[in-house]
Amino acid sequence: MSLMSFITPSLVNSAVQSITPILLAALAGTLCGRVGVFNMAMEGQLLVGAFAAVVGSYATGSALGGVLFAIVFTVLFSLILAYGATWFKGDPVVICIGMNLLASGLTAYLLRQMFGVSGTFSDPAIVGLSKIRIDAINTIPWIGWIFSRQTAITWLAWILTAAVTIMMFRTPVGLRLRGVGEDASAAGTMGIDVLRYRVATVLFAGGLTGLGGAQLSLGTVSIFSEDMSAGRGWIAVVAVMLGRNHPLWAALACVLFGVADALSVRLQSQGLPNQLTDIVPYVVTLLALALSHRKRLKRRAAETLTAHA
Amino acid sequence: MSERSVRTTRLPQIPAVPLAIGIGILIGGLLVLASGGDPIAAYREILIGALAPANWPNTLNWAVPLVGMTLVAALPLRGGMVNLGGDGQLVIGGLVAALAALYLPLPGPLLITASILCAMIASGLYASLAAWGETRFGIPMLISTLLLSYPAIGVASYLVGFPLRDMATGLAQTRMIPDAARLPVISGPLNIGLILMIVVAIAVVFYDRRTVGGYELRMRGLNAKFAGYGGVRLASQQVRVMFASGAIAGLVGAILVLGSLYRYQDGALLTPGYTWSGLMAALLAGGAPLGAIAAGLFFAGLQTGGFAMQRETAIPRVLTMVLQAVIILFLAIRHGVGRKSS
Repeated sequence: MSLMSFITPSLVNSAVQSITPILLAALAGTLCGRVGVFNMAMEGQLLVGAFAAVVGSYATGSALGGVLFAIVFTVLFSLILAYGATWFKGDPVVICIGMNLLASGLTAYLLRQMFGVSGTFSDPAIVGLSKIRIDAINTIPWIGWIFSRQTAITWLAWILTAAVTIMMFRTPVGLRLRGVGEDASAAGTMGIDVLRYRVATVLFAGGLTGLGGAQLSLGTVSIFSEDMSAGRGWIAVVAVMLGRNHPLWAALACVLFGVADALSVRLQSQGLPNQLTDIVPYVVTLLALALSHRKRLKRRAAETLTAHA
Repeated sequence: MSERSVRTTRLPQIPAVPLAIGIGILIGGLLVLASGGDPIAAYREILIGALAPANWPNTLNWAVPLVGMTLVAALPLRGGMVNLGGDGQLVIGGLVAALAALYLPLPGPLLITASILCAMIASGLYASLAAWGETRFGIPMLISTLLLSYPAIGVASYLVGFPLRDMATGLAQTRMIPDAARLPVISGPLNIGLILMIVVAIAVVFYDRRTVGGYELRMRGLNAKFAGYGGVRLASQQVRVMFASGAIAGLVGAILVLGSLYRYQDGALLTPGYTWSGLMAALLAGGAPLGAIAAGLFFAGLQTGGFAMQRETAIPRVLTMVLQAVIILFLAIRHGVGRKSS
């Protein structure tokens, strides 16, 4: 079988879609990492966003309403990390573990109490995000599939990636933001309100992840199922680690994951059982982690050698 | 930044616990009230469901795997390490136990012993893989333990869905294990697994309090660099502790399969959520084994009570999960109050 028949345009289209929530979560993770708040609650934040989006869309009858709900409620949910890990000086790892479980339990509880269902909630009243058709390129093979027929959130995710990168490395705000993470006391001495920077960044990051949650539940399927974030938030944590808190490198790691995900979808359509194809992204992620850290270890070893020489 | 990346998990202390539980109950009650339920009735049913003498066997039966998974989390936590891969280790233990029970040509008690040992070794090795990845390649165990769960669960699910599937039933599960491989019943739902778990719990407490290894592990939890400087071989310690942690998860899987399910069923070990409840119980006690066991029993009571609540008041029992999460969050946040800024 040739490569071209293995990778179809619609496959690439779905890969781009599946990258979006992870990209937004990873972007959030890099921002938090840069201000020195370790965030591994994206799994729960995506879930809260996905649930709030479905509630909002169901209640207001518009996808935009859903997206707004997702952002607002995920930001509110992120208050726990924003103040817990800064003002209250709690351990972010424990807080994030608690948040992920709270998200899982709370959405399952509310799903049963508000809609009277368990497992999956689907209803015609949930309005999904519409795909943006770009007529000029819609009929061009490949390009049309990749760039047209995507949701606004997908577009926004990539624009935000660029915007966050520029903000982080080319603006005074970005400089202060990085300063807060690198050396909080030095930044404080320079007159930067460390707490405010941290809280604002974590909350903004919460909004990004909420947006990712909305893409998850309204982007392709317009349903909510329990624990539908299904490890995407964790993959985003890995992307942040692989990208070492740099948004562009993290985005690249997300693309790698998207390719792995598309591969798993494709292998499944070739007749492989989904139990096996589902693990492809995680195995790829683990391998990428192993490779990147191995390289880093070598470099560190070399540095130690030269330092001692 | 490098200082922060070497993270020792700072853990909550006991006096805050009753307050945290109170806050959890309060917030949970408000949640019930907001969704149109009666919180008093809900909590009454939880109490009766967990503590009425007639329900003790059920609570205990639920406590065996939950306390087991609490120890799985508590042991590494004592040394400042986090094992988030309990799900994968649990599944491997359960599947290996079922396969050993089905295919090993051994007589009765020997078959049980062999199945349990195989399960413990398999899960222990899988867990130590994450530790090895951190010591050898620097892959943070915090994330690798969790990521390793997915392939384990996927492959197990495939194996019982296809090559090892019991063709007589329509479900993804293995054949029933032979009678000889089933754990002897004590009474009602309780089996020998309860006694095994008590033995393991005592062993962990003893290890923590009375052995050099336990002392070194606590040293590591207080200050890993200092422990290393004092002569603790951190890398091999990490691999050993994770092997033990995984092995306990394997034992839990084996007890569930050999003691109550009598076969490996896809998803059956994971849906009750023992891993995460156990992790929260361990966090509640700051990794101290006795406290963790008590917290595990508390959560087990809460969850069996949750079944009664759902039956009697139609309030979904996932409420108990919300309660657990709120308790942990409150503890984590409150404990940091007054801490010097880093």
